[in-house]
This record gives sequence, C-alpha cells and structure tokens, in this order.
Amino acid sequence: MIYLDNAATTRTKPPAVARAVLEALSSYGNCGRGGHEGALSAARTIYETREKLAALLGCPRADHVCFTQNSTQALNIAISGLLGPGDHIISTDLEHNSVLRPLYRLRDAGAAVDFVPADRRGRLDYGGFERLLRPETKAVVCTHASNLTGDAVDIQRVGNFAGEHGLLFILDASQTAGVLPINMGAMGVSALCFTGHKSLLGPQGTGGLCLREGLEVRPFAVGGTGVQSYSETQPAEYPTRLEAGTLNGHGLAGLNAALDFLNETGVEAVHAREDALARRFYEAIRDLPGVTVYGDFDAPVRAPIVTLNIGTLDSAQVSDELAERFGIATRPGAHCAPRLHRALGTEDQGAVRFSWSYFNTEEETDQAAEAVRVLAQEAAEA
Amino acid sequence: MRERTEKCVVTFRTTAGAMAMEAACKGSGLPGRLIPVPRSVTAGCGLCWAAPPDSREALEELVMKKHLDVDGIYAIIL
Repeated sequence: MIYLDNAATTRTKPPAVARAVLEALSSYGNCGRGGHEGALSAARTIYETREKLAALLGCPRADHVCFTQNSTQALNIAISGLLGPGDHIISTDLEHNSVLRPLYRLRDAGAAVDFVPADRRGRLDYGGFERLLRPETKAVVCTHASNLTGDAVDIQRVGNFAGEHGLLFILDASQTAGVLPINMGAMGVSALCFTGHKSLLGPQGTGGLCLREGLEVRPFAVGGTGVQSYSETQPAEYPTRLEAGTLNGHGLAGLNAALDFLNETGVEAVHAREDALARRFYEAIRDLPGVTVYGDFDAPVRAPIVTLNIGTLDSAQVSDELAERFGIATRPGAHCAPRLHRALGTEDQGAVRFSWSYFNTEEETDQAAEAVRVLAQEAAEA
Repeated sequence: MRERTEKCVVTFRTTAGAMAMEAACKGSGLPGRLIPVPRSVTAGCGLCWAAPPDSREALEELVMKKHLDVDGIYAIIL
C-alpha cells in the first residue's frame, strides 16, 4: 500500500519507536506509584519526554508539558479549563471539530464565539481578528495548519494580535508539531495542544498540552495522582494538575524514541522533505483537466497536504478507487472540518486528501499522481 | 531491617518535580536516590530524594540554581 493518509496518523514510525514500546511493555511499572525500579523507569522516561517536547516546542518548563490521550482531549482541557460563560472567543473557519465542538459547547453554556472567515480558496482573512474583537474577548483559539488544505496560519501574527490585546492564545498544533518549527514563547502561545501520533511520529494514545507559566487551567478530570493523596482536591501544580489517573507510559516511551529521531533528523529537514513530496504531487496534478485542488500553494510554509476533487465525483468514490485499484490510501469526506468545507463549497462532495510523511518516497508520489491522472481521464471520458 | 541513619530528604508536590530533582542531582554528581516518602514526613505518598545528611547545603544550592519545584527539605532518621 502507498500510504498517503499521514494527516490522519503516520503509519510508518522510526523503528526505535516500536522497540521502545515493546521494552516499556515488558519492564515498566506505573509512573509515580512507588519507588521501585519499574515505577522509576517509567517516570524517568515520561519526564525525559516532557523535557524533549518542551525543547522542541519552546515550552518554558518541562513540568508544564501535560500529557493527554490526544490533541482533542488537550483542546477540551484548554478550552473548558481557561474559558467560560460570558467570555468571547475568536476562532477561524479552518478549525477541526476538536476545536469547534468544545467551542460550540461553550457557546451553548453562555460564551460567545466568532470565526475569522476563509474565502473560497480557503485563505484566512486576517483582518477578521481585529474586526471581531470585543471588550469581553478573552481568547483566540486557532489551528496552526488546516487539516483539510494544509494551509498554515501565520501564528506569529495571531500571537502578536493576542498579545497586543491581552488575550489568551490556544493553539491547535495537531498537524504541525514535528514538521513546522514552533516556539510557543516567541510566538505568544498560551497553551499549545499537540498529538503524538501524527508528525511527531509516536504511538496513538499520546498527546498533550504545553502551557506558558502563570496559567490557571481548571482540571477536566480529577482523581489519582500518586501524590497529595489526603487532599480532597486535585493538586494545583502542573503537570499533575491535569493528569489524573495512570499515564500512557508505554506509548510515551515510543513518543520519547520518536522525538530522538526528530531531533537527530531535524524538524527543518523533515519539513523540507515532506514539502518537496507534496509540491511534486501538486505540480503533477494541478493542471489535469477536471481536477480541482484546494488551498494556497503560493504560501511559502504549509503542511504536507494536497486536497482535490475530480470533476463532480463523490470524494468517497475517488478515494475508494485509489485504494482498490491503485493501492493508495487517502482520506475522503469532510475531515471533521465542516466550516472550511462550507467555505470551499465542498460540503456535498467532500474532498480527497493526500498527506505525506518523512517516510514517503518520490516513486510513491509519482504513482499517486499517475493514478489521479488515470481517474481524471476516465471521468472526462465517462 | 536495615540500620536507620540520618538522611537529608527533599519532598516534592509532583512526580515530575521528583524526576527533575533526580536528573539535576545526577547531572551535578550529587549522591542520593528516589524513595517512597516516609510517613514521618508526609502521609500524602509520592517520591522523595534521600541524600546523605551533609548534603543539605549543596541540595539547596542546586534547587535555587535549577529552579526546582520542591515542597520541603528535612533531616530525618530513615
């Protein structure tokens, strides 16, 4: 199979990731539960993983990297833990449901939410941030890159806007952590939410949020922590404050190994390779008759995603033919991005998303482009 | 049972704090190890750093230098 669904999850991981998970499965105790070697091994690896993530993402403190199961859980914690009824929040049309649904739920509870619009090409109207500002605006919540088009948001610009107006800035880095450079301190990010299983190349079931110092996030879940057991309330200190229950030590051991790979390879090198593959595909298919490509390819920085439609064909049919006839894995449909599909006019058709990882090849990319050419030609002749 | 001797014990509010202490002490060559917190210090469970009794000053210096998040430093018989 030619796997081009890396925006959903990276299938190929560095070999050290599986080795680390296997080793952890056969040796780890429970982090923070007991002082024996098994518990300490797990705790050491988990702390090391915090340190590596803090360094990679520009988080000021390793103990402000709080682990969750995934980005959705991290976003729920950040949004529900920092915002509430009466607050006004600015978000964008580029968001994934992992941002939208927590915001809609908050809106139903008495908050107000406005969205910076995207145009028919999916480009964000940055002037919208200023226009939507109100006296009661408390936060900006936005993605670093669209999971649908791959278009990156200028988060330095958004961070500056948030800083100028004293707003919190919650960033969804699901599509970018590990592939685009991020420095949350320099970019003015208050809370950065990430997942471990996409461009960070770790196992599913790993993710988290990185917090700037001084943020008071209300815990989403409370419970066992291994410390302060006689307190009736969740410990106030990070990361324990947001980490009730046993952590995914086995998965985090894999993420730790993946971070070693990323550090050795370099995020810039990873991005350069993925970007070159995505643009190679784009150049090969952009002018094919009947093919519509979405997103802004004039932008210098983007996530390695190319999303298209062929004529008026159902994107599910195209994706299925790519899988069945050509052995190419893509993602059709709505991609949990309803607002951007509406902006692009693809609400009914959906779209076919191709997404690359560091481990894809030029040959795979060319085969995918050839498959699109064949399908477009067949569609034109039908 | 083992012979009980005086130790310098550092407690933390989180497991992450304990791990940061261990890493910092290893990095600085300071002796000691992580052990379950004795009930004579706190009943809240968790880990503490147990070090030789004469290491208090060096540990306090390290805590300041590395901005380590500690709960308390005690001299106790363990």
